[in-house]
Amino acid sequence: MSRENHSGQPATAAPLPQVPAIELRGISKAFGPVQANRDIDLSVARGTIHGIVGENGAGKSTLMSILYGFYRADRGEILISGARAEIADSRAAIRAGIGMVFQHFKLVPNFTVLENVILGAEEGARLAPSLARARAELGRLARDYELEVDPDAVVETLSVGHQQRVEILKALYRQADILILDEPTGVLTPAEADHLFRILKGLARQGKTVILITHKLREIMEVTERVSVMRRGEMVATLTTAETSPEKIAELMVGRKVLLRVEKAPARPGAVALAAEGLQVVDPGGVERLRGVSFALRAGEILGIAGVAGNGQSELLEVLAGIRPAEGRLSIAGAPVALGGPGADGQARRAAGLAHVPEDRQNLGLIMDFAAWENVALGYHHAAEYQANALFMANGALRADTADKMARFDVRPPNPDLPARAFSGGNQQKIVVAREIDRAPKVLIVGQPTRGVDIGAIEFIHQRIVALRDAGSAILLVSVELDEILSLADRILVMFDGRIMGERAAGATDERDLGLMMAGVA
Amino acid sequence: MSARRPLPPLLDALVVPLASLVIAFAISGLVILAIGEDPVAAMKLMVEGALGSTYGWGYTLYYATNFMFTGLAVAVAFHAGLFNIGGEGQATLGGLGVALVCLMLPWPHWSVAFLAATVSAAAFGAAWAALPAWLQARRGSHIVITTIMFNFIAASLLNYLLSNVLRPAGSMDPASARFAEGLQLPRLGAVLEPLGIAFSDRTPANVTLFVAILAGVAVWALIWRTRIGYQIRAFGKSERAAVYAGISPVRVTIIAMLISGALAGMMAVNTVMGEAQRLLLNSVEGAGFIGIAVALMGRSHPAGVALAALLFGFLYQGGAELALWTKIPRELITVIQALVILFTGALDNMVRMPAEWLWARISGGRGR
Repeated sequence: MSRENHSGQPATAAPLPQVPAIELRGISKAFGPVQANRDIDLSVARGTIHGIVGENGAGKSTLMSILYGFYRADRGEILISGARAEIADSRAAIRAGIGMVFQHFKLVPNFTVLENVILGAEEGARLAPSLARARAELGRLARDYELEVDPDAVVETLSVGHQQRVEILKALYRQADILILDEPTGVLTPAEADHLFRILKGLARQGKTVILITHKLREIMEVTERVSVMRRGEMVATLTTAETSPEKIAELMVGRKVLLRVEKAPARPGAVALAAEGLQVVDPGGVERLRGVSFALRAGEILGIAGVAGNGQSELLEVLAGIRPAEGRLSIAGAPVALGGPGADGQARRAAGLAHVPEDRQNLGLIMDFAAWENVALGYHHAAEYQANALFMANGALRADTADKMARFDVRPPNPDLPARAFSGGNQQKIVVAREIDRAPKVLIVGQPTRGVDIGAIEFIHQRIVALRDAGSAILLVSVELDEILSLADRILVMFDGRIMGERAAGATDERDLGLMMAGVA
Repeated sequence: MSARRPLPPLLDALVVPLASLVIAFAISGLVILAIGEDPVAAMKLMVEGALGSTYGWGYTLYYATNFMFTGLAVAVAFHAGLFNIGGEGQATLGGLGVALVCLMLPWPHWSVAFLAATVSAAAFGAAWAALPAWLQARRGSHIVITTIMFNFIAASLLNYLLSNVLRPAGSMDPASARFAEGLQLPRLGAVLEPLGIAFSDRTPANVTLFVAILAGVAVWALIWRTRIGYQIRAFGKSERAAVYAGISPVRVTIIAMLISGALAGMMAVNTVMGEAQRLLLNSVEGAGFIGIAVALMGRSHPAGVALAALLFGFLYQGGAELALWTKIPRELITVIQALVILFTGALDNMVRMPAEWLWARISGGRGR
């Protein structure tokens, strides 16, 4: 690998045909009978930001894993700067100049930034020379790319945005020319995301090549020069971003026209359905997670709770759902409910008319080994219609009810006997939503309803939530996706550090305004 | 991830244990060969001794009855995600329950005593599981540790009671008095005779076998047909999802362990009332531990547990025959049993992974 070649190339887009930084030719990969990638061609020009979009299971991750040496392609070839490359493992990928920033950071929390950066790239038995070299190099990278991080800070004390910078620094320190980022903005505030995009643009200007995997079309439109769309393991199109539109990309991803905006009438709020007063949670480690949260949720409205992940929204949902004890007062439809001890559990909440679509559907909302029909009874296993007699459950009736729900909520494949893990993320979520919405609860609390859900299913789930609102239910929506909050909620609360920073009417705010509050700037 | 594919459930439940079994037997054969004996002859002798006569079958079924109870006990706990290693102690206490019922009261007929002894054995076994269950549910003390400790406490307790309380005056033997003559449970031979089936009457297999089969059916219905079974399974698969659903972990843990302990305790009816007719120091004979292997091999399903119990009954009886007629030491039987446990329980994936790979090859063509 020779870096000199690259730096000699002009960074500006020259009209003459240049050798692409990465070229994939006919990449195919199958897992058993599942064709995860089929005959993929991709060409990424040097010094550009190239987006890759596609629904869950479209094959993006598989393709990037092949590029990073986690999987071997069954067929096809990879060319790096025009030369055929064999990428057998991640070491080979690093040698070929490919760096990867994963969605879940791979950092040692109690190491300093410097120690994390040299981890695995130490030279010799003594650390001191490597550390000194890394310190100088980090200084240079910080100047060149706006990647300022205190090299002596312990990683666990850093904000998520800074931890991500450490990941990028790690890749650059290993002389990466091609940087792959997998859903990099999922955990960032809008301001942090903007900063990241500035960094990425800077990298591209200096001749680095960036591949951005995301499902957020707004980001694609904002930072990429070209975008490739994957669907069902195939590369369906590569477009010049400036010449396309989010609607067009969404259509290519799903294979049909989709509504990106939720169509809904103005809310007609009724009586207070859920009232929380001074909710406080201190976790077993002594950390205050909720510092006195109060709000009122009315029937017939969707109250959105915005915030960067980890600012108390998860704890709030758990308190409301009765699965985490708290101090304070809570009432559902005027009747007080317990926040701790007996009466504070999922059964009592359901009896009071509260349904819960949890944030973590794979660990909370569903039992992955259970069949769909068994999951439909989860939390409702005491329901009269699921009992045959005093002794036995009516598994037949439960299966029939599941089949009915699957038909009405468009769960595919509509087979009640399949285990939950056999469904795609979107269909799993539809099972949860069907179970929780179908009983017309007085209050529905929803956490990240569309996380890991494909666009087609997002549209469907949003429509169902709005329909439930229009039928008179009160809905509390927690989401880290500002787009989702802005398009779905009637009223928005912003949480920061366990507190509610402020309230806005959905029509009277925007991402910037909310973003400031999410960052703790009131 | 590589080119593998989950096996269809039935294939998975049959092929994998059978293949594991074959490997275990093959290695056992090599061991027998290594000590200079003929593995084929040894295998023949085992099959002949355990299954070749109704006498052999009688012993095989007697052992299988024990393993069925302890296997079901472990299986029920497994469904709740709990590892009950205390079957040994719970069965020991079950034996105490049987002996007390049989010795304390004058019973008009064996059947009434049988019923009472079964209930008492279950109650004593459940009680012995209750404290570890409570400690796990409320205090987070790991059930594996506490149930093991309770095995030792049970053994010491029985030792004390047999030496100081239940031992008849003048006897030097740490054992209870013999039960009344009429309390002998009908042997399998006597039960099958009216049906015109000739069955050896010299074996300890008795009516408890039918209770074991009933218990298997009851466990199946409990786990897959009742609300509490649903809660036990949900809790066992995902504690967090169970809490989300409003299923109380404390309640499920305690109920599952009570049922598990009761099943282990019921084993004692077979050994104490069905065979020894008095309470002996070590009437459980390791069946509590074999139950773990039985439940593992039987995939915690009553039908699988029944088959695995039969297999281990065969190994016990066939092994005894082997020790009797050849120079193969009795310890080798333990080796064979250990190999079976190792391959069917611990090394399950060693067989499953190639099997799944093979299955992907076979079914790959029509998968799409």
